[in-house]
Amino acid sequence: MTDWIVDAKDITKVYQMGEVQVHALRGLSVKIAPGEIVSIMGPSGSGKSTLMNIIGCLDRPTSGEYSLNGESVAYMNDDQLADIRNRGVGFIFQNFNLLPRATALANVELPMRYAELNGRNRKQVAQEALEAVGLGDRIHHRPNELSGGQMQRVAIARALVNNPAIVLADEPTGNLDTQSGDEVMAVLRKLNQERGTTLIIVTHDPEIAALTNRVISILDGRIAEKV
Amino acid sequence: MNFGASLIEALESLASNKVRTGLTMLGIIIGVGAVIAMLAIGTGTEQAIVGEIEGIGTNLLIVATNYDDVTNPVPISIQDAEAISDPIYAPSVAAAAPVVQGRTEVTYAGEGTSATLVGVTEDYYLVQTVELTEGEFFNSTQISGLASAVILGSNIAEDLFDRTDGLIGETVRVSGQPFRVVGILKKEGGADFGNSPDDQILVPLTTAQSRLLPRNVKGEVDIIYVSAVSSEAVISAEDEITTILRDRHKIKLEENDFYIVNQELLLDFASTVTGVFTIFLGGVAGISLLVGGIGIMNIMLVSVTERTKEIGLRKAVGAKKKDILIQFLIESSLLSAIGGIVGIILGWLLSLGIGRIAAANDFLLNPSITINAVLLATLFSAAVGLFFGIYPANRAARLEPIEALRTE
Repeated sequence: MTDWIVDAKDITKVYQMGEVQVHALRGLSVKIAPGEIVSIMGPSGSGKSTLMNIIGCLDRPTSGEYSLNGESVAYMNDDQLADIRNRGVGFIFQNFNLLPRATALANVELPMRYAELNGRNRKQVAQEALEAVGLGDRIHHRPNELSGGQMQRVAIARALVNNPAIVLADEPTGNLDTQSGDEVMAVLRKLNQERGTTLIIVTHDPEIAALTNRVISILDGRIAEKV
Repeated sequence: MNFGASLIEALESLASNKVRTGLTMLGIIIGVGAVIAMLAIGTGTEQAIVGEIEGIGTNLLIVATNYDDVTNPVPISIQDAEAISDPIYAPSVAAAAPVVQGRTEVTYAGEGTSATLVGVTEDYYLVQTVELTEGEFFNSTQISGLASAVILGSNIAEDLFDRTDGLIGETVRVSGQPFRVVGILKKEGGADFGNSPDDQILVPLTTAQSRLLPRNVKGEVDIIYVSAVSSEAVISAEDEITTILRDRHKIKLEENDFYIVNQELLLDFASTVTGVFTIFLGGVAGISLLVGGIGIMNIMLVSVTERTKEIGLRKAVGAKKKDILIQFLIESSLLSAIGGIVGIILGWLLSLGIGRIAAANDFLLNPSITINAVLLATLFSAAVGLFFGIYPANRAARLEPIEALRTE
């Protein structure tokens, strides 16, 4: 079934919290097609962060099957997962997570450094990515010299440089004012249209969810029935 | 991830907290500096002692009575010295000078000082380097005539007269008896390992034996200095002396009741002693280097905790365990490597300073920094950085990316 870029089947995840077992995901299946913009919604504790970690290859499921871009990745070891994350997944975080001492350019270069690309090529690709998010004139600025919206756009450029199959955004506008939030969403939609990048957005905000093709609602570790 | 970029990143990270980096390095700087300075002093001391011993002369042998290992030994005597100088039985011996030694009081016009009294024969001049700034060494008439003549060491002359020239013909009292000054020894200076000629007074052996340092057995002496005809003849001279003395002391199968020390033995002994001294000094300094290393580990652990989120992000964008491990190891190694280089410079300055202080105090000590000491300190500090960096770096590398990203 390689026509699904994300294909998760009967995923469960159990955490051991001291004596207690916490069932974060209870047999959840989800399929996402290439080029889709999908939002994942659900109250806190519903398991949406756990799902996102598994989709992003930051964590492994307790049971179930998961293929990313046709590759079965559910039970790979740490270094294999690191490699998949590097090539196949771009992350955008609520609080940007830029390296504070590094310039915008160096921040965007970071994933390529772990991909062992050569230096000259790296700089050029990073610069193009920054230009694509409208920060061509800010490449030598450090995060503390940028506004929140600009920082998030640097993070978007960083997520895209290795041409990942999917980009995962966890509350990408959560720390931004409405105008910056709209700008960031506009950039994301534009990249989706231009590059066909699959976009998965975890959000609380129904307005953001409304901008996506499809909403996946999660409750108690399962897909909620459509109301 | 390429090494050059990692190095630059590590430097930037160290530069971002200069005070902390500086203080952490200080531990290594002091440690390496101390190791370098201590080893330099150890080596300098060894060279000073070796120089002193070599100054005795490579042909020299020292014969003394063995009171330690033998009960009732026959003490060596003037007659033994005469037998040793016999060119037929001892062709390898150039000269033998019997000597008695003891402490005594020298006074002049009510001023007194204590000195090492050495009773010598005219052969003493042949076996020891004796240089006089004025006057002449004893002649055979003075020796056989039990003359009341004395040659003063330069320190003794200064103590008594406040000068070292124009003293020939003055009369001093040695153990209360009047002696005429016939010569002044040239000042030697330098390291004093208890036997400097500057603090000696020389008198004829016969005079010393009869009036100043009476011994139980007639003709008994403390030391016979023997010079071999050449430095190659030292071993054969030793054999000849052993044969003569065993015969004269009527020893058949027992141990020698005398011992013979040559320069080789003295050098061996001295380098053993200074070797232990150097290891001891270096070891003490090494402990401070170890403490410096623990400082690095401490600060690296703090740094890992502070940068947990950064580590999480790096892992999220594809850093493997190895990448994170190398990043932190480079930082800790840089700390110790830079600290090591500064420490070597500090140690060098320190040993220069100590050399100056020693020179100002008339103590000839040239601290010398050997390439071995520099290599040792460099390798050791690099090893310290790596070793104490491993634990924090490993801790960073093993962080779970989701846990690490979640921390604030």
